[in-house]
Amino acid sequence: MTVHRDDLGDKMGMWLFIFTELLLFGMLFVVYAVYRSMHPEAFKLGGDELDVVMGTINTIILLISSMTVAMSISAMQKGNKKLALTLLTITLIIAVVFLVNKYFEWGAKFEYGFNPGAPELLELGHGTILFFGLYFIMTGIHALHILIGIALFIYVVWQIRKDKIHQTDYVWLENTGLYWHLVDLIWIFLFPLFYLIH
Amino acid sequence: MSEANNAHNVSYLEYKGQYKGLLAWIFSTDHKRIGLLYLYTMLFFFSVAAILGLLMKTQLIAPGYTIMGPQTYNSLFTLHGIIMIFVIVVPGLPAVFGNFFLPIMIGAKDVAFPKLNLLSWWFYIIGILIVLTSQFMGDGPPDTGWTFYAPYSFRTPTNVLPAVFGAFVMGFSSILTGINFVVTIHRMRAPGMTWFKMPLFPWTLYGTAWIQILATPVIGITLLLIVAERLMGIGIFDPALGGDPILYQHLFWIYSHPAVYIMILPAMGAISEIIPVFSRKTIFGYKAIVLSTLAIAFVGYFVWGHHMFTSGMSGRALYTFSFLTFLVAIPSAIKVFNWVSTMHKGSLQMQTPFYWAVSFIFVFMIGGLSGLVLGSLATNVHVHDTHFVVAHFHFIVFGGTGYAFMAALHYWFPKMFGRMYDMNWANLGWGIFFIGFNTLYLPMFYLGIMGMPRRYYDYLPDFHGGNIVSSLGAWVMVSGIVIIFANLIRSARHGEKTTEKNPWGGKTLEWQVDTPPTLENFEEIPTIEKGPYEFED
Repeated sequence: MTVHRDDLGDKMGMWLFIFTELLLFGMLFVVYAVYRSMHPEAFKLGGDELDVVMGTINTIILLISSMTVAMSISAMQKGNKKLALTLLTITLIIAVVFLVNKYFEWGAKFEYGFNPGAPELLELGHGTILFFGLYFIMTGIHALHILIGIALFIYVVWQIRKDKIHQTDYVWLENTGLYWHLVDLIWIFLFPLFYLIH
Repeated sequence: MSEANNAHNVSYLEYKGQYKGLLAWIFSTDHKRIGLLYLYTMLFFFSVAAILGLLMKTQLIAPGYTIMGPQTYNSLFTLHGIIMIFVIVVPGLPAVFGNFFLPIMIGAKDVAFPKLNLLSWWFYIIGILIVLTSQFMGDGPPDTGWTFYAPYSFRTPTNVLPAVFGAFVMGFSSILTGINFVVTIHRMRAPGMTWFKMPLFPWTLYGTAWIQILATPVIGITLLLIVAERLMGIGIFDPALGGDPILYQHLFWIYSHPAVYIMILPAMGAISEIIPVFSRKTIFGYKAIVLSTLAIAFVGYFVWGHHMFTSGMSGRALYTFSFLTFLVAIPSAIKVFNWVSTMHKGSLQMQTPFYWAVSFIFVFMIGGLSGLVLGSLATNVHVHDTHFVVAHFHFIVFGGTGYAFMAALHYWFPKMFGRMYDMNWANLGWGIFFIGFNTLYLPMFYLGIMGMPRRYYDYLPDFHGGNIVSSLGAWVMVSGIVIIFANLIRSARHGEKTTEKNPWGGKTLEWQVDTPPTLENFEEIPTIEKGPYEFED
């Protein structure tokens, strides 16, 4: 069978997939909006419990990773395989660091009993229960996307090494980059909603 | 590649790829084989769920315990709903006929992402298997109904978790198929096939695919929240923890109402293919059908609240949802008028696909008009959650999608299998089915207006008469199904072989390729100059 290749079509498919992701998180944002308007005080107090420093560090490194993946695409377009691989490796490391930070952040919350179902949380009233329920489900699903991103980056690095992805055929790299920007973008909304606004 | 196994002169059924036997099917990325994989899976599970339905109707033939108690009845209607909705009608026509015929009808060799297409089928199968485990493990089969309403879905001790998660996995399959079809239609139409020269079935698949992309993620996250609720108690839908169960209903219906249009739009597309061919006339109002398809897909997003008229909403929300519900009836009616006008003064060919198509219009109108009764606020309160609702959506989902599915199957069968079915048996099966269908569901309208609630294994003696008629109808209908299926299965294996390219005299591209199609469909991609239904030349 003749191999059908259509880079524009492939990217279109990725954009459509991004729509679905936006709607998936969009519904969570709707739920967040509903409960925030019902319990403004509790959501403000809940936000105070989160670690702003840790959140800021994660925001900054995730933004840098978006930059490095974009730079690796330009490097690939210019045929600089080595630079592309280096930049992707940096992105990959940042993704792992993000998860490590998340692990410590979550661990602290578990220690204080803010995790869903913990007896300490159940004593704190409905607004706080909902705040932390949403916090864990939304950052949890986001972290799941980071994990998928890591898997994609490993695959792309492997394909570049095998020269399956190269200067004239790099749509996989580009789509992975698109996906990664989406993951970044969602975090850009999660961060202020949970950590910053009062 | 040897001459005997060339992609241009061997049919897709005989082509020998990398694998043999069953593996040559379940690992095939050929859109035609994937279409048949869906077909076989669906026919099998449809039979299972139809038997469940028959058992329920048998239970209802008399008040009190007939063949099962309340818990069994609850788990039967739950499984019946989950299978019929998530396994049969949501993938339905797009997965079977869309996969098989969309590339051929737009002049392409395959869909845009063949591997993703196969992955969709695998997600579908894995989702089904996960749902099935709910029947055999844990604390008994789920008893929530297919809607998994909160808070019962996380309070019941039954095994809801795998059912919800399985439905979530099947959602992936639906999304991936949608993405695949949108890209295919945008990027792979043959030269000369402008948007308004595209046949109507691809057009409806296009509308459907957008709904699949934009609505399915909503149910995905909603079902995940139910999973989280059951596993961890996050409280989003749990009133005991401050959550709101009505919010669940909103999120659920934001998907599940557009899902009704996922079911019915491709059905309308298939009917729009069949009617002009068997009337030997150009379709009346091609553009009106296209635009009404897009209008249904769009307005269909904003009517979900009509499932919740008695759940508690502000008066303004009630009026708005009711108004929009009436609005969405208009494009559906436009289509009915177009089909009838196409038949007017046509040279009607009385053959099996046409019988199915015409009876589709009949049952679809009953279903659609009874939907207006439900869409207006005052009458809705009276018949809410009664058998009237059950009758209404069976007329739409089974009457609409089911009839169109059978119409499409009888229409495209010779092309798909290279064999012809026995038309006398097919007509007999259709006749018995049609009589049984109406005997089964029409009395339910009456029972519902009299006040018989849905989802109970028992009823007051006053409702006995209507239920006897309805249950007898169920047996008649199932005997019709047995005849239809037996005829089709026998014909697919031993029917009269045919290589006739165009048995019905259709004008669309699938009737210009070989019967059955070769692996790559077209030896050379055709150039399109005419519209799809130009019979007068």
